[in-house]
Order: sequence, then C-alpha cells, then structure tokens
Amino acid sequence: MRPSDIGNPDYFHKVVDCQWACPAHTNVPEYIRLIAQGRYTDAYMLNRESNVFPAVLGRTCDRPCEPACRRTRVDEKPVAICRLKRVASDLKDDVTALLPRAPAQKNGKRIACVGAGPASLAVANDLMPLGYEVTIFEKSPIPGGLMRTNIPAFRLPAAVLDEEIDMILGMGVDVRYGAPVTSMKALLAEGYDAVFVGSGAPRGKELDIPGRRDSDRIHIGIDWLESVAFGHTDRIGERVLIIGVGNTAMDCCRTSRRLGGKDIKVMARKPRAYFKASPWELEDAEEEHIEIVINHEPIRFVIENGKLTGMEFQRFESKEEGGKLVQTKLDKVFLPADDVILAIGQEAAFPWIERDLGIDFDKWEMPVVDKVTFQYSRPGVFSGGDAAWGPQNIIWAVAHAHQAALSIHAYCQGTSLTERPPQGMTLSSAKMGLHEWSYKNDYNSIGRQKMKHVDLVERFKKMNVEVELGFSAEQTAREVERCLNCDLQTVFTDSLCIECDACVDVCPVLCLTIAPDGEEADVRKRLSAPATNPKQDLFASGPLPQTSRIMLKDEDLCVHCGLCAERCPTAAWDMQKFNLLLPYAGKPCKTR
Amino acid sequence: MSYIKKPVARHPSLKPNTLGLTLRDYEGAMSTLCAGCGHDSITAAIVRALYELDTPPHMLAKLSGIGCSSKTPTYFVSGSHGFNSAHGRMPAIATGASAANRELTYIGVSGDGDSLSIGLGQMVHAIRRNVKMLYVIENNGVYGLTKGQFSASADVGSKSKKGEANTQAPLDPVMLALDIGATFVARSFSGDKAQLVPILKAGLRHDGFALVDVISPCVTFNDHEGSTKSYKHTRKHQLPILEADFVPFAAEITADYPEGAAHSVKMHDGSMVRFRKVAADYDPTDRANVASYLREHQRAGEVPTGLLYLDESSEDMHRAAKTVKTPLTRLTHEELCPGNAALRKLQEAFR
Ligand SMILES: Cc1cc2nc3c(=O)[nH]c(=O)nc-3n(C[C@H](O)[C@H](O)[C@H](O)COP(=O)(O)OP(=O)(O)OC[C@H]3O[C@@H](n4cnc5c(N)ncnc54)[C@H](O)[C@@H]3O)c2cc1C
Ligand SMILES: Cc1ncc(C[n+]2csc(CCOP(=O)(O)OP(=O)(O)O)c2C)c(N)n1
Ligand code: SF4
Ligand code: SF4
Ligand code: SF4
Ligand SMILES: [Mg+2]
Repeated sequence: MRPSDIGNPDYFHKVVDCQWACPAHTNVPEYIRLIAQGRYTDAYMLNRESNVFPAVLGRTCDRPCEPACRRTRVDEKPVAICRLKRVASDLKDDVTALLPRAPAQKNGKRIACVGAGPASLAVANDLMPLGYEVTIFEKSPIPGGLMRTNIPAFRLPAAVLDEEIDMILGMGVDVRYGAPVTSMKALLAEGYDAVFVGSGAPRGKELDIPGRRDSDRIHIGIDWLESVAFGHTDRIGERVLIIGVGNTAMDCCRTSRRLGGKDIKVMARKPRAYFKASPWELEDAEEEHIEIVINHEPIRFVIENGKLTGMEFQRFESKEEGGKLVQTKLDKVFLPADDVILAIGQEAAFPWIERDLGIDFDKWEMPVVDKVTFQYSRPGVFSGGDAAWGPQNIIWAVAHAHQAALSIHAYCQGTSLTERPPQGMTLSSAKMGLHEWSYKNDYNSIGRQKMKHVDLVERFKKMNVEVELGFSAEQTAREVERCLNCDLQTVFTDSLCIECDACVDVCPVLCLTIAPDGEEADVRKRLSAPATNPKQDLFASGPLPQTSRIMLKDEDLCVHCGLCAERCPTAAWDMQKFNLLLPYAGKPCKTR
Repeated sequence: MSYIKKPVARHPSLKPNTLGLTLRDYEGAMSTLCAGCGHDSITAAIVRALYELDTPPHMLAKLSGIGCSSKTPTYFVSGSHGFNSAHGRMPAIATGASAANRELTYIGVSGDGDSLSIGLGQMVHAIRRNVKMLYVIENNGVYGLTKGQFSASADVGSKSKKGEANTQAPLDPVMLALDIGATFVARSFSGDKAQLVPILKAGLRHDGFALVDVISPCVTFNDHEGSTKSYKHTRKHQLPILEADFVPFAAEITADYPEGAAHSVKMHDGSMVRFRKVAADYDPTDRANVASYLREHQRAGEVPTGLLYLDESSEDMHRAAKTVKTPLTRLTHEELCPGNAALRKLQEAFR
C-alpha cells in the first residue's frame, strides 16, 4: 500500500467528522473544549470566524455535523454540537472589542449586495474589514432574510438575531431598506466594482388542484409565516391542514398552534421514513400535539357557498419493495378545515434580471453559477445562499458567502478566481507528561443530554416565548465531556516503532494492525477488525524498521483515547492537535 | 502506567463466544507495566485464547509468583479466581489447588527469575507430578521488577544495559522440561501472536503440565544492542520449526492441510493439535529427536519456536493417582473424612 499522505490537510480534517461535515468547517472540538474550560467568549469568537452567526445557528442550524458525529458510530447519539454553540453565545461576555472592524481608510472598491439575508450579511462581514464599501439593497424594512421573516420567534428570538446582524452592520454597511432591486441592468449601471446576488429563494411552490383560487383561507407557507412575523396575521381558524412535511411545514403548524389552531394536521403523501423534516423538528411539533398524517395525497379543496370547508385526499397503502416505496390507492377521504397552509417547497425567481446582460440562465430559468468561483457567466457578478442553487439553509449560505467574498476580493485585486487559496494545517503534540495530555482523553460514555423546554401552557401564551431553555450548567458540563476530541490526532513515526504490539493490544476499538504490506484489498483482510466505513481512511505507514511490515489504522472508530500513544515505549504514536487553517478574503493561510 | 481506564467503546464486529462474552469481556485491569513490555502482549494472547476457548471466567484460576510477569494475571479476566504467591512458590500453590478442585482451569504465569532461580525446585516438581495447568514463563533474561539484574536464563555473552557481559551458563526451561519428562513443551515469542495463541489454547486443553516458554523482551532493561532477549535479536534469530493448529473437540474440521501435515495429535478431551510446516527431520512426539534437534539449532544461535514436544499419552496428576472424579471441594465431610473405623482399616492394610 502507498503510505498515507498525512501532510495533506484533508487527511486529518476527514477524521474530525463534524468539522468535515460542517459546510463552513467550524472547529467544533476546539470550541467544545473552550466551553469545557468556561472560556465562552473564546468559544464564541472561534465559532464566529467560520460560521458568522453562532447565536442564531446555536438555535436553528440544520446541523449536518451531528449525524456525522463519531459518537453516532461509537454509541448512537451524537454530541449536542449545535446546542453547545448556543451555550457559548448565551454565556459570552461583551465581545465588542474582539469584533472585526472596518478601516477608516477605504480601499476605493464598492460592492453591491442584493438582499440582506445571511448570505449577503456574511459577504459584508468578510469584505468590510478589508476596506470595501458594501451597499445592501433589501426589499423588506428590516434585515435578516428568512431568518427574520420565516424562522418563528419561538425558535429564534429577535434580540438574538439583532445582536449578530448588528455586529456586521455596525462596521458601517450601507443598507437601503425598502429598496427592492427591480433591474439588474440599472444596478450594474451604478458602477459598482462587483455585485453579489443574495436574494434567496422567496417563492413558495403552488398546489394547482381544483378550488385553489376559490378561497382566501388557503395560504402559501413562507408568505404566511412572513405576514405573521410582521404582525399582519395574528389569528388562524381552529382546524388547520398543513400540506407538506418539510421544515417549513413544522414552523407553520407550530405557529398555527400559537395563533388559535386547535386541531392541526400535517398531511404527508409518504410514510415517515421519507419525510424531509429533520427528526428533531418533527419531535418538537409532536410535543405540541400536532398530528402528522401519512399516506394522504391532496386532490381538491372543498368549497361550499364560497367558503372553504376542507379538503379531499386520496389515501394510500405504502410498502417497501426491494428498497423502493410502492404505494397502492385506497379510498378517498374528506378532512374538514378552516385554513390550509401549503408548505411544499420554495424556489428562487429572477424576474428582475434582464436576459441580455451576458448572464446565462439554465433550463429552470436559474442563473448559472460557477461551483468554484460563485460567479455568474458575467464577470463581476457573484451569488450565494438560496439564490445560487435553490433553498438550503443558513450554514450553507454562510459557507457560500465566504467563498464568494474570496472571489470578489480576488476579482477586485485582479488575481485569479479559479486558483483557490489552499487550506493549511498545524499539528502540535498534546503531550504534557508521561501520561498526561493537553486534553481530557477519558471521554464520558453517558448519553446525550436532553434539552429542556418551556411547558406547553406557558409557551403558547405568546408567539415569541423561546421554547428551548438551553442547557443547564450541569448538562453543559456533561455534554462537553461526551466529545471524542477527534482533532487530537494519532500521528505515527515509522522509524521509531519497535513492533512491540503494545498499541495494537491496548486499542479498545481494535483500530490498529501491524501486518505484511501488499495490495490494499489484501491488507484489508489482515486487519484486527474489519474496516467497514468507506468514508474513513485506512492509515498505512511506510515499512517498519525491524520486519518491514506496516502499521495500519482504521480511522473509523478511534475514540482518541491516546492509549496507543501512552503504551508506546518509543513515542512512535503521538497525540497531536490538528488545527485546520481556512483561507478567508484577504486572509490566506500562512502555513501549508 | 496509564491513568485512565480503557474506554468502554467496542468495535461492532466483536462477536460473542458461546457464553455470550466478547473478547473484551476477558480483559482485566489496565496494565501497570512499562509501555512496550512483552508481557502485555502475552496477556493479550491469553485473553484471546480464553475467549476463543469459551472459558467461563468463574471456572478459571490464575496463579503467579513475584515479578513483573507475575503481576500480569491482574490484567486478564477480572472475574476469575486468583492467587499471587510468595516468590517462586506458585507451582506448589497450583498443585494444591488442582488437588482440591480438579474442575478449574489453571493458568500459572511466572518469570525466568521466578521459575528458574528461586522457584526452580518448585517448577520441576510440578512438571514431575504433571499438574494439569498451563504454565507460562515470560522469559526476558532479567529480573525486570528489581531493575534488570541478569536472570538464570541470560545467555553467555549477552550484555547488560550498562554493557557488562553475562558469564554464567543459562538454564534453558525447554531443555530442562524435556529432560525431566514434561508432556507438553513449547517456546514462542511475545511478538508472534499467530504462533502463540494456538499454543496457549492447546496448553489449556492438555491433560497435564503444559510448559510454554515465551521470549518476552523487557523494554526497559533488556532491549538494547548486545542483548539476546531483545525484540530485534529475537526477530532475527527466531526459527519457527513447525506450526501448530488447535482444533477444539466438536469443532467441524474444515481446513485441510495437504502440504507438510506431518502429525495430528489427539488430546485427552478429544481436541486435536495439527502440526504443519514441520521440518522433515523433526518429530514433535519423539522426545529424544526433539532434544537433539533443539540442541543442534540452539548451538547455532537460533531460537527454535513452536509447540516443540507433545506426549499424547499424558496423564495428569489426578488420573495417575486415580483420585475420584468429583473435585474434593465438592465431597461431603463424611466422604472426605470417613471416620476412625475407616482409618483403622486403612492402616491395617499397611501392617
Ligand atoms: C420556514 C423556514 C424555516 C427555516 N428554518 C431554518 C432553520 O431552522 N435553520 C436553517 O439553517 N435554515 C432554515 N431555513 C432556511 C434559511 O432560512 C435559508 O436557507 C437562508 O435564510 C438563506 O439565506 P439567503 O441569504 O440566501 O436568503 P434569504 O434569507 O432568503 O434572504 C434573501 C433576502 O433578499 C431579499 N430580497 C429578495 N429579492 C430581492 C430583491 N429583488 N431586491 C432586494 N431584496 C431582495 C429578501 O427580502 C431577503 O431579505 C428556513 C427556511 C424557511 C422557509
Ligand atoms: C523471597 C524473595 N526474594 C527476592 C525477591 C525480589 N524479587 C522480586 S521480583 C524478583 C525477580 C523477578 O524476576 P522474573 O521472575 O524474571 O520477573 P520479571 O520481572 O523479569 O518479569 C526478585 C528477585 C522477592 N520479592 N522475594
Ligand atoms: S487513540 Fe489509539 S488506542 Fe485510542 S482508540 Fe484511537 S487508535 Fe485506539
Ligand atoms: S506501541 Fe509503539 S513501538 Fe510498540 S508497536 Fe505500537 S507504535 Fe510500535
Ligand atoms: S521492567 Fe521490564 S519486565 Fe518489568 S514491566 Fe518494565 S519492561 Fe516489563
Ligand atoms: Mg524476568
């Protein structure tokens, strides 16, 4: 086998499952350790560097990191990475002095952003400190995009959102509220050095079935949530049907519950295993006595004397056959309703971009965005967030924004957009003494801490009672110790190994093997335990001094306990802290 | 020593044996030996052998004397019986324990100091009595626990850490055991588990005293240039002269050995030892042949390893003495002590 290239930052980055899975590559284990040490401000600032909105995300993030967490493979439930982020933001001190600042002397470049959602805000966050003059055009009277207008206040309090938006706008961003961009041509004519399109995916999908246009009690989910957020809507009928079972549906049903809905049903076409909503959002809805009905497909709205009385559905029976869902029709049923909310998806729309500006559109009428540079086919126009490739989430919007900001900076500097600045890394030994490490190698095998919620009566009193109470000090103390410190890497030095087998023998999860070299497929047959996760590497050393066999390590289940390094007589194994260095606009990585 | 306990996380592929126990259920406390000590590898091999043999922990007794090697029973099978005897006295304790309860599985772990110096008289008599036990000598050529003095197994010319050469002739437990009639004699290397584990399993099933001399480098006091018991020296000079596979009784025999399948030896309980890759002029059941073969190769500086000698007709202490099948510990007071009349009658028989 070819020896593993541990000099490539990707090798160890991949071992840090959460960081690898996070679109913005937040250094999760490091911020968890900072929280463990009570260094909440440092934990917050470390988060902010990569994900810009730690307090918002600590409550709302889609958390792709959690299903990736190594604890899910070691013992089921992931570390509560997301809610620990909230702990850092709740307990931080005043961070004003630590925030990036815009220089008084500007660099003479002017950037226009369309929309004041997380994508544009994060672009401004990266560019303002470099001296750019950033102008944001926003059609609404307030900033935040869907974070403001669609994520309900009982999940994300306005004050939390305001604080983090102000950190960016406070650098002197020029925001024009109530200023929808209606013509790209006109915007380009204003002579900005670059334009960023962060206008999101604001159009809710329609359900064109009979009766759709015959009542004003049929609502588009995202528009309805927005009108609730702005206070235009403050009540709903007692019987509510929500069509669709994604995260938007969850926010619609829970909001209905707070506005007078009593009998609320979320109607799904497919069985539960096929739901788009995150499992935790479903749990939270069901806790509020929302009924989730499966195997029902809407066929028409029932209108009597001009009044909506309910909906008719086709019922199905579902079976899995050969991994495929097979649905057979049963009968049709009528369900009564006072209001129906459609939550079946959303899309971007660009009526305001003229088609003769050198901006290519694809067959779905979406502007073509380069996956690497985030640039439209017209140089100098960039995009990110939901506007680029359709609806995603906040953390993806932020990740896009960092890349777009890098491109905008390169574009304004006249350097290459396609040659992306490389990531870097540092490795530093964690050895503090004979068997002492700079991290706690004895993780806590306790189960995941359960988030406490405000009781039902209390939470329904007002729209903006935040449901989640956050972790108590005791819960935090336990949860941080569940982390396996996946950034504390096992680093091997071939020339030091005397092949005593001590590391192989002590490893609790049978990661290690010393075996004769050969083709990878053969070598894999010789492992102490089968390596079954193709997403994790099999480390291979060079030939060992005494027998020319090789050291192998399946990275999949290593719990970073450091016992291999503790039992190694020659320090051939060492535990070293891996620090991924990410390039940001104007801040390339120093080491590689 | 490590300060933390081994994490509870386990590899999902770990399969339970017929008792429902996984490999890790045969572990003991964390080792306090020096990192890299050969003894820890032998412990790992014992754990695997006991797991693979489906040994019920409560039917196992671990005995040892004094030394780093003698500390190791603490590091395997926490839930079993144990006795840590005075230096070199483990064989007598084992003999007594076996006499009292023939149902337990006995493992004695000793060192070259414990067995070949202070305990030599003890060991040879346990061999003579053919006490049914696995007897492992963790042989590092030094007294590890007392900081590395030469032991009785140190080779002439082997150098101490400070560079002094040993001048006294070594005692070789394998030759000694062969000479005094041992029925199971093996030598292996802590760094060769593929060889060691089957030997340990066969030894645990042997009906008698199974001596396994394992070269087990002392990383701290005897792993330097000039030592003949270092990892490097042993690797260079180890001469595996045959391979033994242990096939437990009732296990389906699926593997076939066309080449060099010189011998199959049936053990008392019906399990089999199959010897493979045996040198043409070697017969592991012929005591004289084994002794002369080993002498010749050892003279050439080689370290012959493998299950070197096996006497299939071995009868352990109990069978030889025709004691009752029921362990003495389970006999009633009346059965053990039949009273004055019975004693009188017995004495009468000697008049
Ligand atoms: C109901 C709902 C709940 C959600 N919950 C979560 C959640 O819990 N966690 C999560 O991570 N994500 C969630 N999302 C998704 C997330 O909100 C979006 O992915 C994210 O906000 C996208 O950011 P953006 O900056 O690309 O666009 P947006 O947030 O949509 O912001 C776009 C902004 O551009 C403005 N705009 C649009 N067109 C123009 C124009 N022509 N001129 C001027 N301004 C314009 C809009 O008014 C808006 O302010 C949710 C989405 C919905 C609909
Ligand atoms: C009666 C008695 N004499 C001497 C000692 C000191 N002593 C302790 S361990 C030991 C030698 C152990 O050597 P070995 O059996 O080879 O074990 P190792 O530490 O090398 O594994 C000696 C002499 C003792 N503990 N008790
Ligand atoms: S740190 Fe070492 S001993 Fe611990 S699980 Fe990972 S490879 Fe095994
Ligand atoms: S413990 Fe160290 S010296 Fe021993 S085999 Fe492992 S890496 Fe090599
Ligand atoms: S002194 Fe030698 S024998 Fe004792 S634990 Fe250390 S390495 Fe092993
Ligand atoms: Mg010794």
